[in-house]
Amino acid sequence: MNDFIPQLLQQLFNGLSLGAIYALIAIGYTMVYGIIGMINFAHGEIYMIGGYVGLVTLSAVGTQSGLPIWMVIGLMLVVAVFITGLYGYAVEQVAYKPLRGSPRLVPLISAIGMSIFLQNWVALGQGARDMAVPALLPGALRFGDEGGFEVFVPYTRILIIVVTVVLMIGLTLFIRHSRMGRASRACSQDMHMASLLGINTNQVISFTFVLGAMLAAVGGVLIALAVGKLNPFIGFIAGIKAFTAAVLGGIGSIPGAMLGGVILGVAETLAAAYISSEYKDIVAFGLLVLILLFRPSGLLGKPEVEKV
Amino acid sequence: MRKIQNNLVPALLAAVIAALVITPIFGLELKRAGMKLSLDSHWSYVLWGSLAVFVVQLLRPALQARSVGLGLPKIPRLPAQWAKPLMFAALLMAATWPFFAGRNAIDIATLALIYVMLGLGLNVVVGFAGLLDLGFVGFYAVGAYTYALLNHWAGWSFWQALPLSGAMSALFGFLLGFPVLRLRGDYLAIVTLGFGEIIRLLLVNLTDWTGGPDGISSIPKPSVFGLEMARNASTEGAQTFHQFFGLSFNSVHMVIFLYLMALLLAIVTLFISNRLIRMPIGRAWEALREDEIACRSLGLSPMKIKLSAFTLGAMFAGFGGAFFAARQGIVNPESFTFIESALILAIVVLGGMGSQLGVIVAAVLLTALPEIAREFSEYRMLIFGLVMILMMIWRPQGLFPMQRHQIKVDAGPAGAAGQA
Repeated sequence: MNDFIPQLLQQLFNGLSLGAIYALIAIGYTMVYGIIGMINFAHGEIYMIGGYVGLVTLSAVGTQSGLPIWMVIGLMLVVAVFITGLYGYAVEQVAYKPLRGSPRLVPLISAIGMSIFLQNWVALGQGARDMAVPALLPGALRFGDEGGFEVFVPYTRILIIVVTVVLMIGLTLFIRHSRMGRASRACSQDMHMASLLGINTNQVISFTFVLGAMLAAVGGVLIALAVGKLNPFIGFIAGIKAFTAAVLGGIGSIPGAMLGGVILGVAETLAAAYISSEYKDIVAFGLLVLILLFRPSGLLGKPEVEKV
Repeated sequence: MRKIQNNLVPALLAAVIAALVITPIFGLELKRAGMKLSLDSHWSYVLWGSLAVFVVQLLRPALQARSVGLGLPKIPRLPAQWAKPLMFAALLMAATWPFFAGRNAIDIATLALIYVMLGLGLNVVVGFAGLLDLGFVGFYAVGAYTYALLNHWAGWSFWQALPLSGAMSALFGFLLGFPVLRLRGDYLAIVTLGFGEIIRLLLVNLTDWTGGPDGISSIPKPSVFGLEMARNASTEGAQTFHQFFGLSFNSVHMVIFLYLMALLLAIVTLFISNRLIRMPIGRAWEALREDEIACRSLGLSPMKIKLSAFTLGAMFAGFGGAFFAARQGIVNPESFTFIESALILAIVVLGGMGSQLGVIVAAVLLTALPEIAREFSEYRMLIFGLVMILMMIWRPQGLFPMQRHQIKVDAGPAGAAGQA
């Protein structure tokens, strides 16, 4: 019983860092849904690609290059964000743009196709097996007394939380104050009206995809560093969970995606710790089902009114 | 020519993006040697890839201008009196060819027929009722495991378990459908996906019951009117198929028998769904797909209609699952992943949502082509994903779009209608 509190703290911390990753991915889902009302099924794969691009950058720089570690990680993030942003752009141009204005199911099926395509694209290019990621930031902070339960806080996990918090603040300011942010808010309220008022809606949509992809790429690089391995199929489950997070917070709402991500991450970690680790995916999917059934508009979302 | 010139800059841009996008995945291959990571560069891939994108982008406006009005050819409408003999001939051919064909071909055809069955089942849900179900494989799994478990724990034979497999899947469809069918299109898709995954994860984790990831093996094949199809009868004094008919034992008999059974099940599925769509309930499905609000205002209960489609679709998946378990002789959760759901959905979409002929053709295409093009098996899923995207762009209605059932009254000589 003595260990209960430190153990709980440990789990909460693990959940928070996992939730931060979900939040980074979930923003891409929620922004795209907010603007064009489609589920970008391939978004999880974008996150996975972000991880791979980061790893390729790391190998290009070399693990023993003599550069300071923060610079190497910074470089990985920058390259991954740039290339993955291009992926987001390319995916939108190829698979979704030609389908504007078609019935709802059509872009969704195209997105599933894109998801399958990207998974196998990476599996062909970089191999389908697990790829080990060198530990750039080994070590951890330890709290707690000798002999008792120690709270173990790895540096990589701290990095995840710090980077995510910085990005979230940046994103909030950007959406609130920049010209593009205002345009995208306008589009999510009323696309047609926004275009009548001279906003280039195609540009806004592309921008949304690129921004979402960039944030997901950061998540991919950070999780690769924290977990230490990558494979082409991590995107699928992570994508569905991030989507759950987006729905939980209220799809279309950016603060909702952040909140939803953290709640989902913590819930999943607690379930793994106190119920059984095999059931953590079931808990996540179960949560998704329950939210959609009882509160489809999510925690911070506005209920949708059906109009004839 | 002018168009091509105008397009030069965007095409160059696209080529640069393509190069940047291809480089980290194909251009630089990660190699791991001990603790060190290194990269193998393959710049030729990048070069060819971006060149291809450049050429396509450059020529696209010119091609688009030319290809307006050029689609896939329409299938000619057959005169009504031909339809029956033609169908009969096709059936006769389908039933007799395995007696002259190779073992492998029959095996693949059996698999294709399972997918025909599943495709027709999902077609009821997605094509007729317009409910996007991404967890269809869950019901398939329920059917397969129902037979496997009944056989493993209670010793039921295939024929005893078959109806129960269908019923069990239908029950699952009903129970799961009850809460989720209130949701709109894409939410419904995600929840069904979630349910499909939950069913699979439960099968993996309920190790004591289902054998966990290893699944259940040595499931017996179906018997023929109580006659076992094996070299020796498993129970003392019983006769096997080849002894009863005085044939010499040949394992191909089993393969042919399984094929014929799959054919029978597929035909039954086709027949039932074909009748359903002409019944009032089928009309209601279509009406609901077209406009839910209008449907409700005309006094139809959307919940009942959706639930009936969902339940019936699940039932077909259950039959398919039980047959699959019997054919494989082993079931494990690996066979019921999301990719399987996506494949069945692709069959329905590729064929043309709601079109039964389309579903059959697409199921045969999607199962037979990968088997024929074995040397491309690595690229199979890649191409599969690409085809799904291209289909949605070029022909979202599918290969053979659904044709509404309609009866044309011959105009006849003027005034004939009045005199009759």
